Amino acid sequence: MTTYKDKQEVIHSKIWNEEPEPDNPFAAKKCYCSGYDVYGDLLGNASWVEYLFLLLKLQKPTAEQANLLETIAVAIANPGIRDHSVRAAMNAGVGGSTAASTLMAAIAVGAGHYGGAREVYLVMELWEKCGQDLQIWEKELLNPDIDERADIWLPIEHPPGFDPHGVSCPTPVKQTLEKFSLLTRVDSNSNWLKENQNRLEEKTKLPITFTMIIATALSDLEITNEQGEILYLLLRLPGAAVHALEQKKLGWKKYPFFMDKIKFIDDHTST
Amino acid sequence: MSLEDLLDSETCWETSIGLSYPGEKVIFRGKDLFAELSNNSWMELLLYGVTGRKFNQDQLKLFEAIWVICTSYPDPRIWNNRVSALTGSSRATGALGYAAGIAVSEAKIYGMKPIVKSFDFLIKSKKKVDEGESLVSLVKEELEKYRVVPGYARPIIKNDERIKPLMKVAKQLGLASGEHIKLAFDVENKLKELGYRMNANIASVAAGLVADQGLTPREYYYYLINCFSVGFLMSHLDSSNKKEGLLFPLRCEAISYSGVKKKKW
Repeated sequence: MTTYKDKQEVIHSKIWNEEPEPDNPFAAKKCYCSGYDVYGDLLGNASWVEYLFLLLKLQKPTAEQANLLETIAVAIANPGIRDHSVRAAMNAGVGGSTAASTLMAAIAVGAGHYGGAREVYLVMELWEKCGQDLQIWEKELLNPDIDERADIWLPIEHPPGFDPHGVSCPTPVKQTLEKFSLLTRVDSNSNWLKENQNRLEEKTKLPITFTMIIATALSDLEITNEQGEILYLLLRLPGAAVHALEQKKLGWKKYPFFMDKIKFIDDHTST
Repeated sequence: MSLEDLLDSETCWETSIGLSYPGEKVIFRGKDLFAELSNNSWMELLLYGVTGRKFNQDQLKLFEAIWVICTSYPDPRIWNNRVSALTGSSRATGALGYAAGIAVSEAKIYGMKPIVKSFDFLIKSKKKVDEGESLVSLVKEELEKYRVVPGYARPIIKNDERIKPLMKVAKQLGLASGEHIKLAFDVENKLKELGYRMNANIASVAAGLVADQGLTPREYYYYLINCFSVGFLMSHLDSSNKKEGLLFPLRCEAISYSGVKKKKW
């Protein structure tokens, strides 16, 4: 007998399954996430971060894992009103752009390898290469293997996870790393980083930044580079959203335009 | 880089790209947009903005033909177009579909990544061949390192229907016999000789033609970012003109689940 799946293309998934309502094949009666009934069981029993962990890892987190993911989520929920990605969202807000464009702007600006999600990806890649071997870290940070082919991404201009404009490690970064070290095992990557932070900073002559400690904590959750990159984009959106809404209400007249802060240098020689 | 860089930039952003003087004029790469560039075609302005150089009318026709022939498919099955079509079907705005479509076009199996890498491969290979390296060894090296040569082979089907019409235009314009486009087809032949079924796709042919016009990889990237845009607009237009939610609807049974069995939280 020919089934629907023999005739139609299907979407393959280990994450999600649905059963239809008897009167409508397009309306789900039951939705399952990795075997759990989302609306009949998870709802009201699983927390947001437990469900998020389940979606990523297809397994229920331990209390320690859920606690660490929740702490990561709180740490980066609002990158702060001066952060580039939040400024992008506020630019959308003051101009009265759509809500979607506000978050798209924050995602686009927060995607790069200067403080953004690509930098988290690169640090997680370093964890894969270097593990807890200080010598390999030093080699990779100071003399990285560079793919010489052109790409949509420009080459990174600083060691991933370090602030190229920094002077010393800012207090919130230290406080967050301290918290991660308390929430993870003594042999965790977060604890290794805490122990070796000074040595790495001496070598690079730069302070570590949020991308370093978040990528490290995500590696402690055994999250993949690609999952880490996308989680970083996702979890930083609340701050972008609320600051955009706030500036929308305040209006463009109260928002910086940098009217007199641009200078045109006419060095153009071509015809 | 240092704290001093931040402090210096805090009060002034210096630029030679251009500037608007509200109520007065716009300087665009050193030229007055209204007085000197207002008769430019959009492609002419784009290329001038991206490169700072002016191109002749034949070159501009080639640049435009690449957009028209190679990337303007109004087909909602193509992944980036489908994003825009779904935006229309779900009644989100055209700009959101357009922006998402462009962002999605920075893909690995099609779109901007192979486009940029193909261009870069041809430029570098040309230089190395000129310096005496053999093309076969360059192709082999690329395959050993990356398993693919960017701009060769294609998902879904083997041949690329765009090559013939684009080369026809290039020949008509007298721009089809440069060193890079010759190299693009030489690479295809070497792959065949090595036993690989990797025909040239449009990425290597467009790259060869444009490399012969002197663009850098970065200029090529900026020139092509918008190239798929007509397909996005048409896909959005089509699906937003139909009843909402009707683009390739999927019933629950369309999920082929291979995960763990049902269990309790």
